[in-house]
Amino acid sequence: MARPNEGHTVTDTRSSTPSPAAVARRAEAARSVPEQVTGASSLVRALEHVGAQVVFGIPGGAILPAYDPLMDSTTVRHILVRHEQGAGHAAEGYASATGKVGVCMATSGPGATNLVTAIADAHMDSVPMVAITGQVASGSIGTDAFQEADIRGITMPVTKHNYLVTDADDIPRVIAEAFHIASTGRPGPVLVDIAKDALQATTTFRWPPRYDLPGYHPVTRPHAKQIREAVKLMAASERPVIYAGGGVIRSGGHAELLRLAELTGIPVVTTLMARGAFPDAHDLHLGMPGMHGSVAAVTGLQRSDLLITIGARFDDRVTGQLASFAPGARVIHADIDPAEISKNRVADVPIVGDARAILAELISAVEAGEGPAAEVVPRRYAAWAATTKGWTQDFPVGYQPHSADALMPQEVIRRIGEIAGPEAVYAAGVGQHQMWAAQFIDYERPHSWLNSGGAGTMGYSVPAAMGAKVGEPDRAVWAIDGDGCFQMTNQELATCVINDIPIKVAIINNSSLGMVRQWQSLFYNERYSNTDLHTSVGNRIPDFVKLAEAYGCVGLRCEHPDDLEATIREAMSINDRPVVIDFVVERDAMVWPMVPAGVSNDAIQVARDTAPVWDREDSEAVEQPEDADQDGK
Amino acid sequence: MTSTKHTLSVLVENKPGVLARISALFSRRGFNIDSLAVGPTEHPEISRMTVVVDVDLLPLEQVTKQLNKLVEVLKVVELDPLSSVTSQVVLVKVRAEASQRSGILETAQMFKAKIVDTTPEAMTLQVYGNSDKISAMLEILQPYGIKELVQSGVVAIGRGPRSITDRSRH
Repeated sequence: MARPNEGHTVTDTRSSTPSPAAVARRAEAARSVPEQVTGASSLVRALEHVGAQVVFGIPGGAILPAYDPLMDSTTVRHILVRHEQGAGHAAEGYASATGKVGVCMATSGPGATNLVTAIADAHMDSVPMVAITGQVASGSIGTDAFQEADIRGITMPVTKHNYLVTDADDIPRVIAEAFHIASTGRPGPVLVDIAKDALQATTTFRWPPRYDLPGYHPVTRPHAKQIREAVKLMAASERPVIYAGGGVIRSGGHAELLRLAELTGIPVVTTLMARGAFPDAHDLHLGMPGMHGSVAAVTGLQRSDLLITIGARFDDRVTGQLASFAPGARVIHADIDPAEISKNRVADVPIVGDARAILAELISAVEAGEGPAAEVVPRRYAAWAATTKGWTQDFPVGYQPHSADALMPQEVIRRIGEIAGPEAVYAAGVGQHQMWAAQFIDYERPHSWLNSGGAGTMGYSVPAAMGAKVGEPDRAVWAIDGDGCFQMTNQELATCVINDIPIKVAIINNSSLGMVRQWQSLFYNERYSNTDLHTSVGNRIPDFVKLAEAYGCVGLRCEHPDDLEATIREAMSINDRPVVIDFVVERDAMVWPMVPAGVSNDAIQVARDTAPVWDREDSEAVEQPEDADQDGK
Repeated sequence: MTSTKHTLSVLVENKPGVLARISALFSRRGFNIDSLAVGPTEHPEISRMTVVVDVDLLPLEQVTKQLNKLVEVLKVVELDPLSSVTSQVVLVKVRAEASQRSGILETAQMFKAKIVDTTPEAMTLQVYGNSDKISAMLEILQPYGIKELVQSGVVAIGRGPRSITDRSRH
């Protein structure tokens, strides 16, 4: 039987402020004739209507009823993963690469708890995601029934919102609300836990359902007065920096960011979450701030007199010791989440709203050029911009080769970035390779860099790359992974092979938990307690090439700098199945620059015991060993 | 000494799980709740929580913002102690031998407390009021021997004709 209005689905989940007319049109197109169905069918219909195209999941007892109608859906593709954590990160990768809502599904109890890490990860990084879990029958809830877990209670602190549904009639409304909440305001994960009997019960499916969210009103339009105040501060400043965060990417505000920067000539830093929000190649770009940020970005923030903060949250990895962060700067803080404003650093001008809308308003105000806005022009900041550009040139991120024979991880990652190019998508795990991937790949467009920034979840990259490839099948998708991270979720390679998801995985194999090892080198007297993974030095457990082949992937190994180029090019030429490359790299390579934890960003080191010296003309600063700098302090 | 106690009125949807969500928000962020009272309002779909927290102004702002982020929270209002009425009920069971009864009754009268239960050994008093009044009465009752004590949370409401529940409905 043909379904009414089949194919008319609500797909525009990115726009946070559709016009009323658009909403009405969409609702009209999607309106369905009420019909009697099971709760499970109602769930699948609802997913179709909200425009979910892909669900990553694993069936099990409690969610089983939902999997039956899912099999017949022509618009919702289900991808069977090998571990629920993989489903969650895949949904995140899909969402981060496409800007749409990612969806994952699991059964009750352990199925649901296996999603928790990915849900928490999505929460920290504001990823729009809907997680659907089966729950034991409503009559059994609270009895410690088989595979029962209070997943709603468990996920309360790590979701934007969550639901327990025990009445089949509520399913369409809850699904519609869940997608609305996940994708509007500050995006985030929403969990919908549905009791098995609600999935089995007969109900009436009507679409669109009426939202029942009296307490949910995200503010998206910035207040005009605050925009004026912001422009006033800009006009009064000499050394402003635009501190752009992940909110710029989530809101789709990258074009506006570029426009504002070019219009004003104000330098820009892009946080770990914002890599790609502003083109790396741009003259005004200072790079990434924070613990492993560039000298130009870190110092630019430290010495600025105004932070124009857009969709960033003053994370401790950016600020270092908070009390000494950007001590001379006034702060404009624009964020869609009012709770972020003045949470860590008090804002002089708070602006609540969608990052893109705020940037657009700032552009209009500057372009109008009235009053103080007339002062906000490139010539005003020209000297400052020249100084920061000088730092960029004097202190590029770099590395010292260990020996001519050693494959340097930074070089591997740099070459992948150069060969795969800015149209590829890069998903990193967590650790040294993640920082190098943030530093050594040039990001020229948004949605090209996926990573676990807030939670720092090892095991993110393979499933996230898988999700990204599903959402962006025409782009090359690279998982830049560590040998430690890879061993946490590599089973999703099976999912990739079976479902024709040809990702490329670069294992930056230093045979250890590299970032922990770096800290042991620097702060624990080179006592390498429990960080040796035996994946390349001494033995190969596992042999990643054989492992890849066992999964049906192409397995490659590269151990010498001379083979680097050919290996990457070979991987790029294979598009019919996933490729896994075991890059056996120098294990003592470290991530620099680095601000040691808990100290001021002024103490940035460009290499071990080597800090930049600033006592000459700023633009002529040179690297010197740290002890040479001690006298001045 | 300036008090760091703040009274928040939180209007929430009357749905299961909301109390857990709110109390978890406080505990997760390390805010100490002095008192929490929850009950339905004149609108059956809305519950009102009165939360007394002991925090400085900046963390209070964060608490308020975090509360406002919860989807089921309709409104958060801080009540100014000067323009609001607060009340709390206490049931206190005191040792009451025959010789002590008149003293206890006198105390009860003084504080407009009600005797709600009496046995030959003990009396139970019920008193309403703000926390100053209640602690004053308890101080006087202390020497008789307090056997058992239960306090409700504080409830508070703004003075004058304005209603925050009206303002939360749009």
